[in-house]
Formats: sequence, C-alpha cells, structure tokens
Amino acid sequence: MTDGAAIRGNDGSKWLYTDIVKDHFFNPRNILYHGEEKDFQADAQGRVGSPACGDEMVIWLKIDPKKEKITECKWQTFGCGSAIASTSVLSVMLTENGGMNLEEALKIRPQDIMDRLGGLPARKIHCSVLGDKALQAAINDWFRKTGQHERVITEGSKIVDTEHNITEKDVEEAVLDGARDIEDVLKKLQIKKVESEVEHTLEQLIRFYTEKYFG
Amino acid sequence: MLTKKRKVYLDHAATTPVREEVLLAMMPYFTERFANPSGIYADALEVRRDVDKARNSIANILQTQGECIIFTSGGTESCNTALFGVAYKNEANGKHIITTKLEHHAVLHPIQKLEKEGFEVTYLTPDKFGYVSAKQVREALREDTVLVSIMYANNEIGTILPIAEIGKEIIKWRKEKNTKYPYFHTDACQAGGVLDISVEKLHVDLLTLNASKLYGPKGIGLLYKRRGVQMEQMLYGGGQEMKFRAGTENVPGIIGFAKALELAQKEKDEENGRLIELRNYFYERIQKEIPKVKLNGALLKESDTRLPNNLNVSILDIEGEAILLYLDEYGIMTSTGSACTADSLDPSHVLLSCSLPYEYAHGSLRFTLGRENTKADIDYVMEHLPGIVEKLRKISPVTLSDDPGKNVHPKYHQR
Repeated sequence: MTDGAAIRGNDGSKWLYTDIVKDHFFNPRNILYHGEEKDFQADAQGRVGSPACGDEMVIWLKIDPKKEKITECKWQTFGCGSAIASTSVLSVMLTENGGMNLEEALKIRPQDIMDRLGGLPARKIHCSVLGDKALQAAINDWFRKTGQHERVITEGSKIVDTEHNITEKDVEEAVLDGARDIEDVLKKLQIKKVESEVEHTLEQLIRFYTEKYFG
Repeated sequence: MLTKKRKVYLDHAATTPVREEVLLAMMPYFTERFANPSGIYADALEVRRDVDKARNSIANILQTQGECIIFTSGGTESCNTALFGVAYKNEANGKHIITTKLEHHAVLHPIQKLEKEGFEVTYLTPDKFGYVSAKQVREALREDTVLVSIMYANNEIGTILPIAEIGKEIIKWRKEKNTKYPYFHTDACQAGGVLDISVEKLHVDLLTLNASKLYGPKGIGLLYKRRGVQMEQMLYGGGQEMKFRAGTENVPGIIGFAKALELAQKEKDEENGRLIELRNYFYERIQKEIPKVKLNGALLKESDTRLPNNLNVSILDIEGEAILLYLDEYGIMTSTGSACTADSLDPSHVLLSCSLPYEYAHGSLRFTLGRENTKADIDYVMEHLPGIVEKLRKISPVTLSDDPGKNVHPKYHQR
C-alpha cells in the first residue's frame, strides 16, 4: 500500500489515517462474509446504527460458557474507513491471547480502540464509539440468552422492568430494529412474559418510539 | 522499485488543472510585467491596458461592458459580495430573499447569516432531479423580495436550472409591480466553461463566475453587476474595481481567467459532445457491471438539464468514503456526498434536498469528467470499481432495497 488515502475536510484541514487504520481497512480481520451468518452459529449478536446514519455494525460472538470467554468474534460493517478499521481491530482485541473474558470485554472503552489504531481524526471518533456499543449489545444478548437478566448492562437508560432489566433504550432499539408491538419487543429481548403493569409501560414506549422514528 | 502509479482525475467540479495556453499567457505578469496597474509610469499603464483588455474580453463573452465586471478572489467572494452587498444596501426596500435548497455553501451560509440578522428567506425545494422551476420562483415572489439567488448549474448532481426563464419571470414581476426589485443573482461557477453565459439572455442582474473550474488559475473570480444595481462594497481600501473591491489587482489571475474563459467558450460545443458521450459510456458500464446502483440528478439523456461532465450515482449497501479510499489506492480521484468527508455528520444537503433517502446519500459518488479524460481512463476505473464494490458489500451488514419505501430502518438521523 502507498501512503495515499488522504481525505480532506470541508474546512480545508487535511488528515491522514494511520498505517494501522489503513491496514485494518484494506485487510479487515475476522470478517463474517455476507451469506455465512447462519453457518457461523453465533452464541450472541449485537447490531447498532442504521444505514441512514451512515454506519451500521453487527458483531457475532462465540462464547465459552464455562470460562465466559470470547472464543470467536466476527463482524460486518457498513461505514467509512475508520468504522471498518475500528470494528476489525476490536475483533482482534477480543480474541487475541486465547480470548477475553466478558468482564474484561465490557471494560473496553472507545479510547482503547482508538489507541490500538494509533489514533483517529477528531471527526471520526464516533466510529469507535459504535464498535464499543455493538459489543455491549452482543454481550447483553448473551446475558439474556443465558437467563442472566440481572447482568444486562443498563447504563445511561431508565429501567422499565427491574425483573429482566429492560430499559427504555432496549425498547427504542427494538423499535428501530423493526418491533411494532409488545410481542415483537419481548421476542427480541428473549423474555417470555412481563408483569401487566410493565406491559402497559412497554406499550406506551413502543407507540412513542414508533411515532418518533417512523411516524 | 518505485513504479509510477497511474492517475485518473475525475473531480473536475472541485477544480481543474490550468491549461498550458493559460499558464503561458500568465507567465510574463509574474516577472517583467509585474507593475501595479494603479501606477502612472509607462510599465504600469501597459499592465493597466492588459487588465482592461482582459476585462473587456470577458465582458464580450458575457455580452456586457467591462465596467460591469468586478474581479474578486473567486466564487465564494463573489457570492458573498453579491448577497451581503445587495441585502445591506437595499434592506430599507424589503427584507425577503428567495433561494434554493441546493445552492453551494458560498450562497447558503451568507444567506443563513442574513436570516439571523432579520431577513426572511424562502428556500425553494427542488424536485427529485434537482430542478427548480420558474413557476416556483414566481409563486414565492413577494412585494418585499429584494433578492433572488439561484445557481445556474449544481456542483454535485449537475442539474442545470432555468435561469433565463426565471429571469424573465422576475422582469415581468418588476413591470407589473412597477419596482426595480428583486435583483437576480446567479452562481454560475459550474456553468462558465460549458453553458451560454450571456447575461442578456439569462436576464440576470448579478452573476458569479470563477476561473478555477474552467482550466484557469485559482484565486480569481468575478462578479458581474448590471449598471444601476445598488450594492455595498465589501472591501475598503484603494478603491480598485470601480470601488467595489479594493486591493491590488491579481493581474496574472485576471489575464489567465480571460484566456481560460475565451478558450472554454470557443471549444465548448465540441467538448460538451465528447464529454456527454464519455460520461454516458461510463454510466452504461456501471449499470451493466455493478448491481444496485441509482442515478442521482437529471436523466442523462436530458442534456438541457444536466451538465455534460457530471455523473452522480448511489451505490447501495456501502458507504462513499470507503469506496474513495479504495479508489485512491488505484490513483482514481473522485468525491462523495457521504457525511464522512464533510464536517457534519449529515450527508450532502444537495442530495437530501432532492428527497434522496439518507441511506442512499451515504453511498453516493460524484464523478466529474474533464478535458484530459479518455475512454481508457473510464476503462481503467471500471477495471477496479466493480471489485471494490463487491469487496465492501461482502463485509456490509446492510441490504437495501432499490425501492426506498421498502427500507424499514428509521427515517431520522441518529446523531
């Protein structure tokens, strides 16, 4: 590869991706190619973003249940150079040295991803935040699948059901992901049943988010 | 061993290289003909004469007089001068401005500033091809409209707007209402080397043009101002440019601008035909070899409403900047309307104004062809582009429908 790939901002400033970013962009690691999703048989999946926002990421994990270790991490990303590179480097961080355990993985911050990339231009920082969010969504998916609702990360969002740790954010994301009624939402969150009071709150939230985003 | 990378430049709407003939014409004015045209000695008078000659040659092409041509530092300065200059000078007669949503930022940002200062603005919405009709302008006119500013041709999707028709409507309005308002400005930066820029035929009062889009040098532009149009000056100082733009003249720039404009206008018919053919060949190959591609802007067969050199497409399911990075590795230079190369996180305001969904805008690519491009260049791009698209699609989780109504993800913009 040459030292090309200079992208210029409208304000006239010029910045270059680091060699690590370019390496991960041009040679992404741990890709799960389109069409191979089913065969991979992931234990957990996390999806964030939307093509309308300019970035969408999916992370698939295989997890050793006894050691709670990530044994494999695969991904797909729709996005710019740094979005692709940051998911790639995150997948390496999660699986190198025999794999990270979930508690460690949850401690990964956007800054850690950026550091591994040798830095990102200021206006690209949100791309690494997205990778961190996709990972958290995948681990939450794992907690729900294994019935560990109390471990679901609810940081920064109001909890609407303390029994299963369902947050407003979960409902919002379920709606963004296509859920339109309470059954859809519970199915996405892998929960069988909630108290009738909670049902009422959920219905209101679904209506609210559906109108907000699709109305 | 270093091998020289092949380069294919397909970003002529951003800027163009300076033509050899233009550079040669400019050269003496950097050295032996360096005198300040305001001087009164023989050398200065000679330079003054050459500047006036260049001014008159440009005025001839615009079908006006030299005194109506104000040289500036470029398109941005001309637009700013026209908008602020007219708005401030005439605000006692009305504070309403009409423009479109697909103008360049050099027009939109000054107008937004005026809006903050108390002007009222109507932003006309283009149709899905980027077209704004004279009827739309007519319907937006008000008794307090002092200024209408509408671009001649769009820089991103290449749509040509009906400036002459709009100009006629405005003249009709003025006659009916017995007023001299509104003044009509057009940003013709993308049109200067390609379309007829006679201000007589366009019925405009103000017109912005620059050299760096028509194989002239950067740093030189002009504002045509019809005699009698009231406008405040923006720069104060030595009183150059009929007192509208103080500062020692950019003499080599002016000489180069005149030469470049003369050549472009002389050659435009032949060159336009060649570019249309080349551009259409490019799009045919894209259509054949890359699935799920949408054309943005006017239909290619409608040469009256689309610039000859512009091709803007959305490649679904992948993001524009990622494509640019790959193309750059092969020496192919082009641009995107995706958010990722801009300051904001929103994709191109032009594409959005034509009701293009966000998810299509993020995957847009703009190719703008020019004089030095050949069929071999297009073949070279097509050697690589389909593979790049395939590679990026394989790692993308997104599968959009060709039909925007079928894409169920949210309409809003998350961040």
